Amino acid sequence: MDLPTDPEIAERIDRLHFHWNHYGIDAFGVSKEHLGNFYSLLAWFYRHYFRVTVHNIEHVPDRGRAMVVGNHSGGLPVDGGMVLTSLLLEHEPPRLAHGMVEKFAQRWPFVSTWFSRVGQFTGLPEHAVSLLEDDRILMVFPEGARGTGKLYRDRYALVGFGTGFMRLALQTGSPIVPFAFVGGEEALPTKFHFKTIAKRMGLPYIPVPAYLVPFPMPIACDIYYGEPLVFEGTGAEADRVIEGYVDRVKARIVELIDEGRVARRRRLDRVLPVDATEDDFPGEVEP
Amino acid sequence: MKVLLTGISGTMGRHVALGLVERDHVVLGIDRRPWPDAPRGVEVYRADTRKRPAEDVFRIQRPDAVIHMATVTHWGASKEERYRINLGGTRAVFDHCHKYGVNQALFVGRHTVYGAAPDSPLYHCEEDPPMAVSTFPDLADLVAADLYAGSALWRFPEITTAVLRIVYTLGPSATGTLMRYLRGPNVPTVLGFDPLYQFMHEQDAAQAIVAALEHRLRGIYNVAGPPPVPLSLLCKVTGRRALPIPDLLYSTALGRFGLPRLPAGAINHVKYPIVVKARSFHEATGFTPEFDEVQAMESFRWAGD
Repeated sequence: MDLPTDPEIAERIDRLHFHWNHYGIDAFGVSKEHLGNFYSLLAWFYRHYFRVTVHNIEHVPDRGRAMVVGNHSGGLPVDGGMVLTSLLLEHEPPRLAHGMVEKFAQRWPFVSTWFSRVGQFTGLPEHAVSLLEDDRILMVFPEGARGTGKLYRDRYALVGFGTGFMRLALQTGSPIVPFAFVGGEEALPTKFHFKTIAKRMGLPYIPVPAYLVPFPMPIACDIYYGEPLVFEGTGAEADRVIEGYVDRVKARIVELIDEGRVARRRRLDRVLPVDATEDDFPGEVEP
Repeated sequence: MKVLLTGISGTMGRHVALGLVERDHVVLGIDRRPWPDAPRGVEVYRADTRKRPAEDVFRIQRPDAVIHMATVTHWGASKEERYRINLGGTRAVFDHCHKYGVNQALFVGRHTVYGAAPDSPLYHCEEDPPMAVSTFPDLADLVAADLYAGSALWRFPEITTAVLRIVYTLGPSATGTLMRYLRGPNVPTVLGFDPLYQFMHEQDAAQAIVAALEHRLRGIYNVAGPPPVPLSLLCKVTGRRALPIPDLLYSTALGRFGLPRLPAGAINHVKYPIVVKARSFHEATGFTPEFDEVQAMESFRWAGD
């Protein structure tokens, strides 16, 4: 089956520093051909549907291991797809990030194969360690499915952060690059969840927006990357210490989100009359 | 060194025996099956590891090291037979090693003990639990044999024991678990699943066993060669056709239409990967495979030509 691949994407995939075998497959089963198809599709969404603007992507290291850590939102993990795309399309040199996927994905035919071939593995600590030790980029949403499962009324409020990512970062000596994804909450404003059907299908939930179709609207999104945060330790520290570090990452992500929402509000102010913008926006905005 | 191989007449046994002779070791073997054209310098005793004549070989020959490879992996054998040989035989071999002053023992096991499941990680390390008991219950005897052999480390501390968990092998012999699965022109895969398969050339596997012996390994080691490849690619390069069967029809289709017969649990090993990390083995022995994944697949593709 030959799916279309954007030549620019193919060229950027060629520039990845991976050990490909004769058939273009690496030791984790990532395939150049599948990457080409997958990122060509994502790139269309990135450029024309969500019209993503990326800020300060130079904070992501050019080589070596790193963890990009941010807020999760929008019912479906489109934010993950857009972050992956920003790193391949806009970072110099291009970088491939590996997401940590919910367990149900591996049980589903085709989804299992596709996720494996494009480097999106089940969220297991073993995978995180293997990938980081191989000097790759790991994309982590510490809120997990609780993050994408937020209702619109709770938008941009970070729910409980797991601490596992911090222990793994310390254990593998990986810098943490915080990021904020802004726009995801508006793209799919979840009103309520279908839980029973979701449970039957082995899904955590099915998001239902006011317009009933669980698919995001074409809302422009922004990704803000922050400076890398480096923590010293072994990963075996007491919970109290780890939680302190996690809070620092969380606080930085909140700052980036606020920064992004302020900029977004300014942009909206320019194109819309004032009373048509988000009326319940909590931040103070200079005219 | 005087080395005794149990299961010497099997494909792997013969490769290891030849490797050892090449490196000037004295090689003895025990097997129920004959090895008619065994090379000079290799003495083969026709015996069952659990019976008296096998013990006599230990008593009279007093080997320095034993490589235990006499385990049954094919599904032709009955369950009782598998347990008798894989567990009873392993017990007898380690008991004899202890009784007759053998100072080094190697158990040749398989990487499949880790099992394949949707939530199992790629790149298992030696500490990972042997989940095959639940993912593929028919492998329980091999899991037990692997753990039992490992218990020799504390039961018989005077013996330098190593358990090797070797990946699948491919090669001209066309024997072994993976090659039996790939035997026909059509390979039954599960629709929508394409797991990674990890294998090495059978000669490399034999060289790895020789390296483990010469480096006097002690402990549990994963043994692997080149990086794994997806099942679809494995079928393609070995000249087979992957025949994707929907999950629900899979067990019905097996054993019909010229497809191989597999136990029910095998489906997990066709849907999900078993991939191991062999870094400790490579560091301890300096072993590097001679054949890469493509050469290994091609050696099997042209087997018998």
